[in-house]
Amino acid sequence: MNRITRSGAGLRLEAITFAYPGGASMRFDLTVEASDTVAIMGPSGSGKSTLLSLIAGFEMPASGRIVIGGEDVTLLPPHRRPVSMIFQENNLFAHLTVAQNVGLGRSPSLRLTEEDRAAVADAIAHTGLAGKEKRLPQALSGGERQRVALARVLVRERPVLLLDEPFASLGPALADEMLDLIAALHREQGMTVLMATHDPRDAERFSRTLVFVEGGTISAIGPTQKFLSGHGPAAFDRYLGAHRALR
Amino acid sequence: MAVRDEPLTRPAQTGRVAAGAAALAAIGVLLGGALLGLVQEAAHGWESAAAAFDLYLLRVARFTLWQAALSTLLSVAPAVLVARALARHPRFFGRAFILQLFAVPLALPAIVAALGVLALYGRAGYFAPVFTALAGERWQGIYGLPGILVTHVFFNLPLAVRLLLAALETVPADQWRLSAQLGMGPIASFRFIEWPVLRAALPGVAGLVFMLCATSFTIVLTLGGGPRATTLEVAIYQALRFDFDPARAIVLMLVQVALTGTVVAILSRMGASMTGDTSLPVAPRRALFPGRGETSLNAVFILAALVFVAGPMAAVVAAGLAAELLRLAGEQAVQAATATSLLLAILAASLCLILSAALVVARRALELARGAAKPSLLEMAADTGAALVLIVPPVVIGAGWFILLRHVGDVFAFAPVMVVTVNAVMAMPFAVRALRPAYDAASARHERLCAALGIAGWNRLRFVDWPAMKRPVATAFAFAMALSLGDLGVIALFGSESVQTLPFLLFQRMGSYRTDDAAGLALFLGVLCLALMFLAAHWGREGR
Repeated sequence: MNRITRSGAGLRLEAITFAYPGGASMRFDLTVEASDTVAIMGPSGSGKSTLLSLIAGFEMPASGRIVIGGEDVTLLPPHRRPVSMIFQENNLFAHLTVAQNVGLGRSPSLRLTEEDRAAVADAIAHTGLAGKEKRLPQALSGGERQRVALARVLVRERPVLLLDEPFASLGPALADEMLDLIAALHREQGMTVLMATHDPRDAERFSRTLVFVEGGTISAIGPTQKFLSGHGPAAFDRYLGAHRALR
Repeated sequence: MAVRDEPLTRPAQTGRVAAGAAALAAIGVLLGGALLGLVQEAAHGWESAAAAFDLYLLRVARFTLWQAALSTLLSVAPAVLVARALARHPRFFGRAFILQLFAVPLALPAIVAALGVLALYGRAGYFAPVFTALAGERWQGIYGLPGILVTHVFFNLPLAVRLLLAALETVPADQWRLSAQLGMGPIASFRFIEWPVLRAALPGVAGLVFMLCATSFTIVLTLGGGPRATTLEVAIYQALRFDFDPARAIVLMLVQVALTGTVVAILSRMGASMTGDTSLPVAPRRALFPGRGETSLNAVFILAALVFVAGPMAAVVAAGLAAELLRLAGEQAVQAATATSLLLAILAASLCLILSAALVVARRALELARGAAKPSLLEMAADTGAALVLIVPPVVIGAGWFILLRHVGDVFAFAPVMVVTVNAVMAMPFAVRALRPAYDAASARHERLCAALGIAGWNRLRFVDWPAMKRPVATAFAFAMALSLGDLGVIALFGSESVQTLPFLLFQRMGSYRTDDAAGLALFLGVLCLALMFLAAHWGREGR
């Protein structure tokens, strides 16, 4: 199993094709450097989540290769991939405590060693949840729940972190706070981060690289600064314009 | 013009509320008459009623509970394994077909299923030679407790599977993904994902199955053998039809109502569904990666359940096709029973629809009128009135009237009225479930508009409500008709040479060992009910 700590891993999607039953065909080619921070933007239904699902292994491509840290993971099941993922919601099991939910990151049957327990306590403290170990998710705020998910990411120590619109259900202030926390964790651990988001502010605050997904494929990739300052492709400006008009 | 501070829709309410009150009154008369029969008879001879509290009663009550408990255990425990197996494999060839097949027992008349079980495992059944060879002596058939249990499991295992699977479908897709990412094996996944959901659903499912088995009449009547395998409902029937011992019937009815009342009270406290229908997504997209060992084990569970459920159905078809269908169709008794059955079923379904619609409409009108205030007694009655029949089972209603009517004249002359009314009330919980969501949704959309334009009464029914209600009404009608067509409760009490329905005729032919005729009739009745249920489901789906 991959136990690459304190560093990220490079990521490459080579000619990945995929289609949902009855849906249009998608195709992804993408190279991400180790420890990069990437924002994935694009209209609803353009394939952002699908891209992340393919990397995580929840969906199997029809053809192509996925390489993470030099290893071909195309045929590996999700838990064998050096990847952690945080969803928009439902990241926690409602009937398990905060500590148990984090502990699942070390052992899927919750058989934890002393070392595991220490790591869990450490991660909980790190994400600002100290003192809430015994709580159930229902006794937490939306922001706190996502922190628990982050704590689990920390104990899993996987070199790639995928975030699928993780703050869409949080208010702007909370979202910023969470972004800062992820940025801090990134500085410490250096994992490669890919985040799907609708919000250009999230991308600006956090990412170095921006990937623009449109119509089931990656239509542009470049530095976030350049894209957001109006020097990106025209299609991206149109998307941003439409997005701002909606807000 | 004076502006009064009044709810917008006040004038439109009175008609709807009156309709509801009338429907409640009708249900009240039906149930009240049965109770009156009870009370009046008990007042006459309470000594003999008291004397009926004997060992026989105790034995019957104990058997009722015992067989219901066993049936529940044997249905629900395997259902957990099968439902879990189906949930873990959201996509494989034939999955949709299996789920469809598991919905069939819901629509199959109990007597048809009983015949299927007998055709398979009975003394002269398809498996009899096998069992004879295995046991080394002549196979005696599965009458008595084993037969009752097998048939109850045939009905309730698929029901429980569907209900539990529906519960498992509520697990968010992300949780399955999470479990895949964390590498949970089948045991961890069961412990952290499936068991919590199942544990929440199990009491309700088990309670529903227990209730259905505790009030099961037809299956026990056809498969139960003698005093050692008799339930309360069948004992009521025997007390009236064979022994003519009203005192004993009354005591049995009291015990039955007390028993079902208790179960229903417990169930409704748990918020369980008491009509037990579910709709399932066909093939949910789910990230699951079961290993080879688990996959084969799951395949075994699913196949075993499939064979068990499909067996009696196949036996009905095979035995039915082997019968002389043409001669049967030409028989005068069969034609008469078919005509009677269809006529009574149509009348029962119409009455059921009228009563159900009146309750639905009245409840909504009362809800609108009260605003944020607490619901009135009438509104609560309109809300739960349809469910009363769950506490007082059809056979008990029939028995009460049977006792009352014998003072009036020839009891058997009332057969058509009794069948229509009791079958109508019996189908009401289902009809209300089909009608109410559609009506409430349509009302929420149109109520203010109708008030503003002054559309009320007949015009409102014609232009506003009917278009929205067409499909749910058709669904409820077909469903109620199928229930009535297949019912052998009231007709068993009131049936005679002059008034015979298809299930009654089928029961008679089974009783006189004309097995071939019975098999042919069962196939005919089964196909008829399934066709109606199929139509009901079809209209119900498109109406959404």
